[in-house]
Amino acid sequence: MSRKIRAIPGGLHPPEHKNESNGRPIVVAPLAERYIVPMRQHIGEPAQPVVKTGDRVLKGQMIGAPEGRISAAVHAPTSGRVAAVEQRPIVHPSGLTDLCVVIETDGQDEAVAMQPIAWRDLEPGELYTRLTQSGLAGQGGAVFPSHIKLIPGGNPIQYLILNGAECEPWITCDDRLMRERAEDILHGAAIMQHAIGARHILIGTEDNKPEAAEAMRAAAKALDLDAKVVVVPTRYPSGGAKQLTQLLTGVETPSGKLATDIGIQVFNVGTAYSMYRAVELGEPMISRIVTVTGHVSQPGNFEVRIGTPIQTLLDLAGGELDHCTGHLVGGPMMGFELGDATAPVVKSVNCIIAKSEALFPHHPPAMPCIRCGQCALACPAQLQPFDLYWHAKSKNFDRAEAYHLFDCIECGCCSYVCPSHIPLVDFYRFAKSEINARNRDKRNAELARERHEYHELRLEREKKEKAERLGKKAAERLDKGAVTEDDPEAARKKALLEAAIAKAKQAKEAAQPKNVENLTPEQQRQVEEIEARRKRESAAQQNSEQQA
Amino acid sequence: MISAILVMAGIGLALGLILGIAEIRFKVAGNPMAEKLNDILPQTQCGQCGYAGCKPYAEALAKGEADINRCPPGGEPGIHKLADLLGVEPKPFGEGVVAKPKSVAIIDESTCIGCTLCIQACPVDAIIGASKQLHTIVADLCTGCELCISPCPVDCIHMEVIHETVSNWKWRYPVIPIHSEGITA
Repeated sequence: MSRKIRAIPGGLHPPEHKNESNGRPIVVAPLAERYIVPMRQHIGEPAQPVVKTGDRVLKGQMIGAPEGRISAAVHAPTSGRVAAVEQRPIVHPSGLTDLCVVIETDGQDEAVAMQPIAWRDLEPGELYTRLTQSGLAGQGGAVFPSHIKLIPGGNPIQYLILNGAECEPWITCDDRLMRERAEDILHGAAIMQHAIGARHILIGTEDNKPEAAEAMRAAAKALDLDAKVVVVPTRYPSGGAKQLTQLLTGVETPSGKLATDIGIQVFNVGTAYSMYRAVELGEPMISRIVTVTGHVSQPGNFEVRIGTPIQTLLDLAGGELDHCTGHLVGGPMMGFELGDATAPVVKSVNCIIAKSEALFPHHPPAMPCIRCGQCALACPAQLQPFDLYWHAKSKNFDRAEAYHLFDCIECGCCSYVCPSHIPLVDFYRFAKSEINARNRDKRNAELARERHEYHELRLEREKKEKAERLGKKAAERLDKGAVTEDDPEAARKKALLEAAIAKAKQAKEAAQPKNVENLTPEQQRQVEEIEARRKRESAAQQNSEQQA
Repeated sequence: MISAILVMAGIGLALGLILGIAEIRFKVAGNPMAEKLNDILPQTQCGQCGYAGCKPYAEALAKGEADINRCPPGGEPGIHKLADLLGVEPKPFGEGVVAKPKSVAIIDESTCIGCTLCIQACPVDAIIGASKQLHTIVADLCTGCELCISPCPVDCIHMEVIHETVSNWKWRYPVIPIHSEGITA
């Protein structure tokens, strides 16, 4: 049975460099001494740490709880003691630090009781609820929390596509995974199909991975699963979700929409494998396959726990050879420079490449754009990269957006073919993040304005209410006063009060000091002197108080 | 001759009448220019411009009573946008007015006595608390206007600059080296 393969526009075929690392089976990495597990490994809100320094944790225990709607849980990769919950360098193009839980391994690798999910008997909604704590996140690059893609009640899904194209040079982790654990991947796909009710399963892979395609076909046959393996020509970026969708189904994802909107759901093969582990074995996502290649002595693929320091991983591959010029995280097309090799492996890391001058020559200085149009021919999203570059460079963001900047998938084809060596994608990333920041500021300003207006309104209302209340009280008092004018009881009380005041006054006047009678004239004179001085002093004091 | 004068006068009268009716019928509520200016202002409601909030400042700008360089939170880009809209030359900030980095107010919870003075000062109701209860600031809603700092009788509020984190980090403007290290080395 053959499917017609539709072509995608643009793309290119850079040197593959797959053979360096795809010849050896996946090596299961030994336990590291220390794991650094970042709380932000996925798109959306970072997880909130639920352990503190000194706690003992077990393998698979949740250490970060999902926060908000789009978030994923984070679990301990092995058993040990929490050494710290602190800011550590993470894998990010900014080179900034982020909140991580540092776990010191105790070597026992003791696990919490893993609870497999009997998914065949569960309703899709129930399955989704059970998976919200599994920490699954897409391993294709965007690290979107996987359970959200399985929320039932969305668009009816026609195709479930497993993305095994792995189009970027150097990377072979999906290739090895498909060769060695094809049945497990298909188990995962069956679970996904059950959850989203997809009619067909398509597995897309490139023709440079014949062993993987064969293994997947054999596994589908063995499991008697209706999954078609479709081999597409090797051409970068056929592994982009939108590109693979178009290659396999002929449907182009409209601008600004997701594959889900047109009844297609795409998962990476690695995500399907993790889904199998999470559901059939009850093990949350605590490991993944990472390719270590480039300028290292023994390139290959390693199954490592999440949180393994990248330097430890490089050492597993025999360490970097002499004259290493740095590391790339991800492939050479879309990856970025690794700032700090102590940063840990996270759910999104699929490949670490050690660079050398021979493998990755220094980028020549950029020259002015000559408007040759090579970039437009290479662009798989059919954009006009030189126009986008022009507008992004001049910070004319409105124009850049009008030229569909946000349809750019940042594949790097344009930068690759540019004869002037302009880092085009860097300009698009800059423009995109500026636009996003501007929109965020705008939203915040709008919110502040609303709140301020409401604040003013409230003050006005409170003022009015207070005035009304006081007015009412005054009126009440006046009413009462009018009534009590000839009230005998009140008159009696008033008379009593007045009598008491008069009595007190009289008593005060009548009170004469007992020691001023029968004084000698000498004493009388002294008393008078003192009285006079007191009077003067008190007058002086009053004066000074008034002046002050 | 007379008929020509009558015709012209008649046309004048008729047009005048239409304009008069149109002015009453299609009267725009509020000042549209002030609205547009208000959209540009950062809505911090800090009053550093000398007006009671962003809207009064926008209204003063629309009437030509205020200068465009009175809004420190808007920064230089803000001045440029205001200048563009008003059709005037952008000018630098006046004496003593400086743009500050964006910050949020933080209450030192061990010192707060629960007097509610800051709650009354906050223009966007971003402070939560009650009399004799500990107050706290909702950082996401705080505009950094600093209006809560001076009313505090125990000086327990301070401003903290919002630092760059992974969530608010932005890609930098690409800098293209003029001389490649590879060539000079």
